Amino acid sequence: MRALIIGVWLVLAACSGAPSEEAPVRVGSKKFTESVILGDMVTQLARSTGARAEHRRELGGTQVLWQALRRGEIDVYPEYTGTLRQEIFAGRALPDDESLRQALAAEGLRMSAPLGFNDTYALGMKEAEAERLGIRTLSDLREHPELRFGFSNEFMDRGDGWPALRARYALPQRDVRGLDHDLAYRGLESGAIQVTDLYSTDAEIAYYGLRVLEDDLRHFPTYDAVLLYREDLGGRAPEVVSALGRLEGRISEPEMVELNARAKLQRVPERQVAAAFLERELGLTVTVRGDSMGASLWRHTREHLFLVGLSLLAAIAVAVPLGVLVARRPRLGQGVLALAGIIQTVPSLALLVFMIPLLGIGARPAIVALFLYSLLPILRNTAAGLTGIAPEVRESAEALGLPPGARLRLVELPMAAPSILAGIQTSAVINVGTATLGALIGAGGYGQPILTGIRLDDTSLILQGAVPAAVLALLVSGLFELVERLVVPRGLRL
Amino acid sequence: MFELEQVSKRFAGTQALQPLDLHVPEGRTTVLLGPSGCGKSTLLRLMNGLLRPDTGRVLFRGQPLRDEELLTVRQRMGYALQGGGLFPHLTAEGNATLMARYLKWSSERVHARLRELVELTRFPPDALGRYPGQLSGGQRQRVSLMRALMLDPDVLLLDEPLGALDPMIRYELQGDLRDIFSRLGKTVVLVTHDLGEGAFLGDQVVLMREGRIVQQGPLAELERAPADPFVTRFFQAQRLPVSGGHA
Repeated sequence: MRALIIGVWLVLAACSGAPSEEAPVRVGSKKFTESVILGDMVTQLARSTGARAEHRRELGGTQVLWQALRRGEIDVYPEYTGTLRQEIFAGRALPDDESLRQALAAEGLRMSAPLGFNDTYALGMKEAEAERLGIRTLSDLREHPELRFGFSNEFMDRGDGWPALRARYALPQRDVRGLDHDLAYRGLESGAIQVTDLYSTDAEIAYYGLRVLEDDLRHFPTYDAVLLYREDLGGRAPEVVSALGRLEGRISEPEMVELNARAKLQRVPERQVAAAFLERELGLTVTVRGDSMGASLWRHTREHLFLVGLSLLAAIAVAVPLGVLVARRPRLGQGVLALAGIIQTVPSLALLVFMIPLLGIGARPAIVALFLYSLLPILRNTAAGLTGIAPEVRESAEALGLPPGARLRLVELPMAAPSILAGIQTSAVINVGTATLGALIGAGGYGQPILTGIRLDDTSLILQGAVPAAVLALLVSGLFELVERLVVPRGLRL
Repeated sequence: MFELEQVSKRFAGTQALQPLDLHVPEGRTTVLLGPSGCGKSTLLRLMNGLLRPDTGRVLFRGQPLRDEELLTVRQRMGYALQGGGLFPHLTAEGNATLMARYLKWSSERVHARLRELVELTRFPPDALGRYPGQLSGGQRQRVSLMRALMLDPDVLLLDEPLGALDPMIRYELQGDLRDIFSRLGKTVVLVTHDLGEGAFLGDQVVLMREGRIVQQGPLAELERAPADPFVTRFFQAQRLPVSGGHA
């Protein structure tokens, strides 16, 4: 019981101690390129006022950012009015931006004026082909029933997706298939499909020379980009809030397509894309300091070791005593084992997301999730090691007159040591791998370059996270072989 | 030394011991004899409280065994079982001295006692640093005996101590055990299924069958006046020159 309390205390202490150098302005962004560029712009603008600002990049999806903003773990992040209406305030009638502002104000949040571009769903086709067929608007599609459509799977299913669009425009096309979004562009290029869905600021629009068809019946909701920020930011850093105002109405749709293309297709770091834009449009000189590869590797290593080390220590402190309990009280133990087993079956991503409402974003929820995942192997191996002790040995210890605590310390735990260590080793190796998912909720670590690499389709960046993670797993495994030599009594290794 | 009154024990549907009485005299060697499954090991475990009786009570030196005193009482009862039950992670010395060190004996006292026991049990002193996995079966049994005797207990409880040994080693250890018993003059309760061994080591024999005591007394008495045909059959089954040299 004492070990359990110490374990919990360790986790809480470390979590509250970790991000201590809080920046006054914390910017968040979602895990896609456009959001990251906007986040960088906001961060650099805030810094230009002299404020200290920190960008928690590519935190995850809408829910993660929204929760983090409401809990005050970030102060500002870029959002879309359509997303607010469809996802956050789904089911409420918010016809105009003013009603949206009121709904946000009730949460203690503010919304900037639109930044200028509308990143909505749209249909697109090759510019040359559209010109030849004379198609400018979605209504024009009615005249061409022979066109081959290929839509992303999400668009096929969404409430405002293909079924609603077909009904609204009375589209006659029968050759419609669902496919992966990235493959759709290649399909257009090869002529396998002629029309696809896209986001109106996709980088690929410029790259593949696509025409975005006008939504003349206004079927798709508008997804005006805006900045959401906390009301208290105005009190803490009024100069930052007024600086953010300088972005309003400054980014047009073609501009955003171009910025996305520079980051995604030309692989210019988002920081530099944002800095170049601010310099050109707002006359702001921003010095971008990127980490060198060595520095970022070192930072990710530190973050990763922090996640793994702390969660594993806490798991050992809790699971070993629980394992003893399982071995001593088989009936109670069955319940404990079942519970740990259930935790293990929760998909890691889901567990991380469950943690957000309770613990916010960053290292804290990641450590708790990793801690929970590490319990079962240690628990099971501790219990198995103890119950595997030969009855005559246990009986001998009892017959000597040793009290239960001394039997555990002097006989049973040393004899179970190889099994317990093997359990810890298993947990540690799994933990190193699972910790890469921590990046999704802002915990950093090797998952960060992997996440960015996946987003930018940049294999070398993915490897910058995946290779060190694999090496760390091997090192951890090797470390435990060493520990085993030190800890396991020689008599058990004969 | 021990007084068992109407004790019985049941394990998951089988009655291991019927209610029975037994008196274990002080300073003598009592042998619990019988075929396997007759309840003799259960009876031994009731004496040091490894098992609690379902009915009846166990008295040690006139006092009933009580849970809160069990640990201290056990320190006055040495216990050794078949195969030794040694702790594999401790050396021979570590096994023998574990309890003394737990009780914070000074290291001089521990070593003095260990020297006595090495001499008494004829254990090779240079093997004290070896682990059970590196010892022969006979050596393991001697370590087990040293461990049981470390605290100089009032009673020695032995459960088939020579059961797993090959005949030559067994013969040698039987001789050593008899010397040890006679030198120490302690109360000994020995469980065995081997009539010859019982006759060789014991003064008083308790013959058991299916959870009951069939007959008890000096071995010659059992042979001369068997109380039950089973006694005769048990003697015949051993194919021994019973009247011969041992006893």
